[in-house]
Amino acid sequence: MSVRTLTINGQPVSATEEQTILDVAREHGIDIPTLCHFDGLSEHAGCRLCLVEIAGSPKLHAACVTPAAEGIEVTTHSDRVTAYRRQIVELLLAERNHVCSVCVANRNCELQDLAVAMNLHHVRYEPQDPQLALDASHPRFIMDPNRCVLCTRCVRVCDEIEGAHTWDVMARGRRAMIVSDLNQPWGESPSCTGCGKCVRVCPTGALFEKGATTTVRDPDFLTYLKTAREQKLWIR
Amino acid sequence: MTSDDLDTVRARERAAFAAAPCRLAVCTAAGCLSSGAGAVRDALERTAADGADSPGLRIIGTGCLGLCHAGPLLRVFRAGAPDVTYAHATPDLAAAVVRQLPDGRLPDERQLPAMHPFFAHQHPVVLENAGRIDCERIEDYVAAGGYAALQQAMTEMKPDDVIREVVASGLRGRGGAGYPTGLKWSTVAKARGAGKFVVCNADEGDPGAFMDRSVLEGDPHRVIEGMAIAGFAVGAEQGYIYVRGEYPLAVSRLRVAIRQAERMDLLGQRILDTPFSFRIDVRIGAGAFVCGEETALIASIEGKRGAPRPRPPYPASFGLWGRPTLINNVETYANIPPIIRSGGAAYARLGTERSKGTKVFALAGAIVNTGLIEVPMGTSLRQIIFDIGGGIPDGRSFKAAQTGGPSGGCIPASHLDLPVDYEALAGIGSIMGSGGLIVMDDRSCMVDVARFFMEFCRDESCGKCIPCRAGTVQMHTLLMRMTTGVAAERDLTLLEQLADMVTRTSLCGLGQTAANPVVSTLRHFRDEYMAHILEHRCPAGVCRMPRAPERAS
Repeated sequence: MSVRTLTINGQPVSATEEQTILDVAREHGIDIPTLCHFDGLSEHAGCRLCLVEIAGSPKLHAACVTPAAEGIEVTTHSDRVTAYRRQIVELLLAERNHVCSVCVANRNCELQDLAVAMNLHHVRYEPQDPQLALDASHPRFIMDPNRCVLCTRCVRVCDEIEGAHTWDVMARGRRAMIVSDLNQPWGESPSCTGCGKCVRVCPTGALFEKGATTTVRDPDFLTYLKTAREQKLWIR
Repeated sequence: MTSDDLDTVRARERAAFAAAPCRLAVCTAAGCLSSGAGAVRDALERTAADGADSPGLRIIGTGCLGLCHAGPLLRVFRAGAPDVTYAHATPDLAAAVVRQLPDGRLPDERQLPAMHPFFAHQHPVVLENAGRIDCERIEDYVAAGGYAALQQAMTEMKPDDVIREVVASGLRGRGGAGYPTGLKWSTVAKARGAGKFVVCNADEGDPGAFMDRSVLEGDPHRVIEGMAIAGFAVGAEQGYIYVRGEYPLAVSRLRVAIRQAERMDLLGQRILDTPFSFRIDVRIGAGAFVCGEETALIASIEGKRGAPRPRPPYPASFGLWGRPTLINNVETYANIPPIIRSGGAAYARLGTERSKGTKVFALAGAIVNTGLIEVPMGTSLRQIIFDIGGGIPDGRSFKAAQTGGPSGGCIPASHLDLPVDYEALAGIGSIMGSGGLIVMDDRSCMVDVARFFMEFCRDESCGKCIPCRAGTVQMHTLLMRMTTGVAAERDLTLLEQLADMVTRTSLCGLGQTAANPVVSTLRHFRDEYMAHILEHRCPAGVCRMPRAPERAS
């Protein structure tokens, strides 16, 4: 296995062949914001928050899917990408209904965290407020699409880890929706095992447990699960 | 069937061709069919059957003759006489033509002038068979020199030789981005891995574009031949043509053509009795514009949701089912047979320094001759619109032309003399695109045009990445504010910021180019935006502004 060296924000770092820029940055305590990425899942590359600059390349590169190649010089927080990230979070906040004060994920929400970290207190774009129907048909969980950011973590965890593939995306563009099975009520889904993994990976309050007053954040639980499965090691 | 057998068929067909001194070609492309070409063809056949006095007469249904607005088109070929083309042909006219043919005196009514400028200024390469062959007869294609390039490649060339000719031709991808075709072919050829694929992108989705449809409907064998040559060159044995579902006629003709080619051993196992095998399957799209993007198209062929994925890895190394995959557009493949037949260098003599060959354009909008044309690269927009297109109808004046559809930009009158090639168009903020050319007269409002294309992109965004999904929604909202007279100057700032962000951060080409119409109209027609914003007034009189604040007069 060959090893690579590169620089991130001027800091020399080393990387293995498999590591992405995001992996290496996190390893070295450099915080690149993400939303669709979740440790243990395949990459979606849809939120575009982890875009970084690489010297000599006019394009921006999604850190989550860009290999940490030999000799590249990565800049993670240029003024340009910082401004873009802020616009992306603003767009998300205007897209559906993100009213923190009445949300179960309040103070436990990755979208909220991003907005706070960016000191984003006003949204300049017109709120779309689409008024989508909530699905409370499942005995234990609720799906509120109004809070969904379409990161597809639920889709991926259900497919890749649980193997049920209950969730998928329906329609396109602004009408895109996460649906269970063939767009039927979650509670009637024949494929759902009720494992709750989707609820645990949801970055916002779109998926939550009935009766809960807060959501649980556990960013390491999938890596824990995978280590347990693959190496029979029950360690955190 | 061996290569020699194919030569025999070609010779036999050519002899039969020569024995028929008179051919009547009815345009049976979708445009003419919808204006009654079917009835014209029936009348021709009925009348010809009634009077047995017309020996040597052949009636063919041919591909798009180009002058779509004058359909149905009927062209008469006679040995030793110039061709005659009839516009707006009717069954009665068709019957009269057949009856008067033996006398050699054709009806005068509805005849197009002998050297109609629409045809005189064109240079058909891709469309060379339009009018000459019956689009549902493989023998016609073979007689016209079809499959000779495949024969030549299989019997006289090595895969490397084929790629060398394509490189020498300077051909660039006709789907829009203009990536060098030879480079793409050699990349796929060099990619390691068995089970490579050749894919033809026929998911033509730009509003107002119908180049690929016309090629598939009129000359499907040309695309099949191009793909088979590509398969031979890159080492693939399986091809897919991904056709949009809105093109049923193209699909049915393509299926007929594939069956015919299989029957003559031009597709399938051991093509022309050589060790090379290649088969083609048709896949039909379900109406998503984004599936014209290569990675989304691949996902769709695989049976997955048609959404793009980040590149790299490029399809050339990791494409369909993870195999090295060559993806080209219909028109690109259609250029391959002439390149192999006459050599890359000969092809490269056409066009400009960096854009070789010809380009097919679909003329639409405010233009007299709506239709399909083919011109050498470097032809000026003025020649295309005024000489070939016949100018702007109703005595109106030219305002702008949109190339590249929703991913392209507008070209104002000041750039009419620009030679149309990839670099020149990019230089003024537009793109070549796949060849849709929408002409707008002085009654078009450029803010409204930008709003229209933004609405298209908003509705066609797949929703995977946030900038494209939510950014197009907000840009459309801002443009709506402008066209309804409630926008303020800060809305323009927001719009420009969003346009930049969506362009730079979107995942695929759809999002990366979605803001192009906004950016290019802002570049060339900023004053119109300012009139909408500052004066709540639409200079072209298109936008009604019911919500505009009262203006002091």
